[in-house]
Amino acid sequence: MLLIDQVTKQFSNHLAVDKVSFHMPKGAIMGLLGPNGAGKTTLIRMITTITIPDSGRILFDGEPLSRKHILKTGYMPEERGLYKKMKVGHHLVYLAQLKGFSRKEAKREIQKWMDKFGIMDWWDKKVQDLSKGMQQKIQFISTVVHRPKLLIFDEPFSGLDPINANLIKDEISQLHQEGASIIFSTHRMEQVEEICEYAVLINQGNNILEGFVKDIKQDFKQNHFEIKYSGNLPQSHLDGLDVITHQDNTIVFHLPKGENSNTILQRLIQQGIDIQSFREILPTFNEIFINQVEQNTSNR
Amino acid sequence: MNIRNVKLIIAREYITRVTSKSFIWGTILTPVGIGLLMWVSGYIMTQTDSKVFKIAVLDDNNALKNHLDDSKTFAFSFQDEPLSTLKKQVGNQKYDGVLFVPKLDSIQESKITALYYSDKQLGLERSESLSSRLGKALRKYKMKTLAIDQKTLDIIKTSVSINPEPIAEDGKNRSTMTSTIAAAIGGVMGFVMYIVVFVYGMMIMRSVMEEKTSRIVEVIMSSVKPIELMIGKILGVGAVGLTQLAFWMVLIPVILFGVSFAMGGAISTMPNTELTQEMLNNPDFLAGNTKITQITYEIMSLNWWLILPLFVFYFLGGFFLYASLFAAVGSAIGDDVGESQSLTLPILLPVIIALYIMMAALKDPNSTMATWASIFPLFSPIVMPARLAFDPPMWQIVASVVSLILGVWFFAWLSARIYRVGILLYGKKISFKELGKWMFNNK
Repeated sequence: MLLIDQVTKQFSNHLAVDKVSFHMPKGAIMGLLGPNGAGKTTLIRMITTITIPDSGRILFDGEPLSRKHILKTGYMPEERGLYKKMKVGHHLVYLAQLKGFSRKEAKREIQKWMDKFGIMDWWDKKVQDLSKGMQQKIQFISTVVHRPKLLIFDEPFSGLDPINANLIKDEISQLHQEGASIIFSTHRMEQVEEICEYAVLINQGNNILEGFVKDIKQDFKQNHFEIKYSGNLPQSHLDGLDVITHQDNTIVFHLPKGENSNTILQRLIQQGIDIQSFREILPTFNEIFINQVEQNTSNR
Repeated sequence: MNIRNVKLIIAREYITRVTSKSFIWGTILTPVGIGLLMWVSGYIMTQTDSKVFKIAVLDDNNALKNHLDDSKTFAFSFQDEPLSTLKKQVGNQKYDGVLFVPKLDSIQESKITALYYSDKQLGLERSESLSSRLGKALRKYKMKTLAIDQKTLDIIKTSVSINPEPIAEDGKNRSTMTSTIAAAIGGVMGFVMYIVVFVYGMMIMRSVMEEKTSRIVEVIMSSVKPIELMIGKILGVGAVGLTQLAFWMVLIPVILFGVSFAMGGAISTMPNTELTQEMLNNPDFLAGNTKITQITYEIMSLNWWLILPLFVFYFLGGFFLYASLFAAVGSAIGDDVGESQSLTLPILLPVIIALYIMMAALKDPNSTMATWASIFPLFSPIVMPARLAFDPPMWQIVASVVSLILGVWFFAWLSARIYRVGILLYGKKISFKELGKWMFNNK
């Protein structure tokens, strides 16, 4: 869908994006991660042609990125706003027209979305009379109404209550199923694990990690396992096991490479321990994120 | 540049502004306000105390009795009683005041100080009126004493006017009035330009700031180029300005005509009828009717085929030049209002300087300063319209037009460079040094 190749952007006093390269698979939901000031917004602004890279290239569906592609792109920035004095309906029609829709087409599509959200009666309300959450919905409609192939959401759930956040989340996965490729820029890792299939991690203008979320987790797993049991477990049964923690009937241990977790499980069962659960602990994205960012920062 | 986007932006700017309550009220209330101001000031002017002051006159010369006439505001009665008695009578409300005219030492005496005894102030107007009446009475008394009649006096007076005549054969014949009329027309034109630059320039700046602080730009920027948004906004607000001016050009004369019609009666009852009486005795004033036809003739004889298109040109040029500068400043300003003042000053300064040069140019339209200011593009939109009625040399008009076109192009280009960077920059105080970098940095 999107190929970022050695893209660099220099501002007067600092290097915002430094030779970032990644390839976003078509139809994927991709997390664009990174701490504050990592260069995410600068990168997104280049993808949306708001600014132009100093060097490197960006391919959109195999073609060099140009202005025509922004009609196929929907961008919901983190810093978002609407014209406060405008009426909701007019505002949405205006934004859709800027994305290439005719007035009639725009009206029809917007009505569809407003109907879906059950907010048709907001059409003649002024934006300034809406609450922040309501404005967020309007903003969402304006981002997706022209059926873009590429959607970019920058912290889409900030400021939304859980119910509305879920509503938006469902709509996003709906759009994903209909074939849209989606970029999520966020620093909330639990959302990445929940929503994204693919992830790119950026720190200090460089991308330090890229891949499918599943694969990344596998790559960073530390062979930690967790066992929950009931009843008594004499310390002697755990001999030879690299136990990390053992409390509240839960054991976390590390399995050396090459050893099979089944043998451990077998041994414990044979010893008559009542096992309730056994699972491999995969690192959370949060851990990977913090770990990688710290490593990367200290290496520089 | 995507023309469709620019059109959409113009339409949005125009429609949201023209349909806003503040625009509708501003368009209606400004002429009403001007009319009201005229009416109130006119009303206040006519509201002088119409009470007749009874004044006891104590004349040491015993000569003024037949020369000092009563008027609408004064009733004089000549008394022989001593001053102290008269003063008491003022206390008893019999008189409003006592006027004491001391004895003239000789007929040559050209200066005299009369005393007016009262605890009530006369007020400026009455005081002037009283002294002029007394002066007239004394003059009559002196004329009689010196045996001069009015006819002799009129013969002495000669009224002189200077009529300029061109030397060149194709030069236009003009009267003294030409420069007065040219100054009036030029002043109005220059001032209209000043207001336009100020009001609509500021409107654009505020609107750019609002887009930036409300964070709408980031959304818009993902659909249109910064230059498209900037041009669309300037053209949209420009159209709003033209609409408003068009309304005012109709409404203001109508309202002013209405006010002066309503006040027509009031003006004739003004207490200063003696002045108008005097004017009627003045042969110059009797020629007033021919003067009006002369003014009309002078106005018609101006080269409107040149002035009007040029005025429209300077209107548009000045508007675009300053509008783009204001847009650039608006984009550089963050949420900080204090910051806006330090950044708008460099733009307001040339506007204000231009206004002063314009006023000086009305007095001396061909001075070196006026000539150069009407060629310099930051000043010319305000200074040149004021000079047009004075028929400036053709080379200056051409130089001014060319330099304004170049100026608009240059400042719009400069502003666009500032705008596209500033509009997306948040939470940072911007220095002039940085503005300079944006202008000349190609990134």
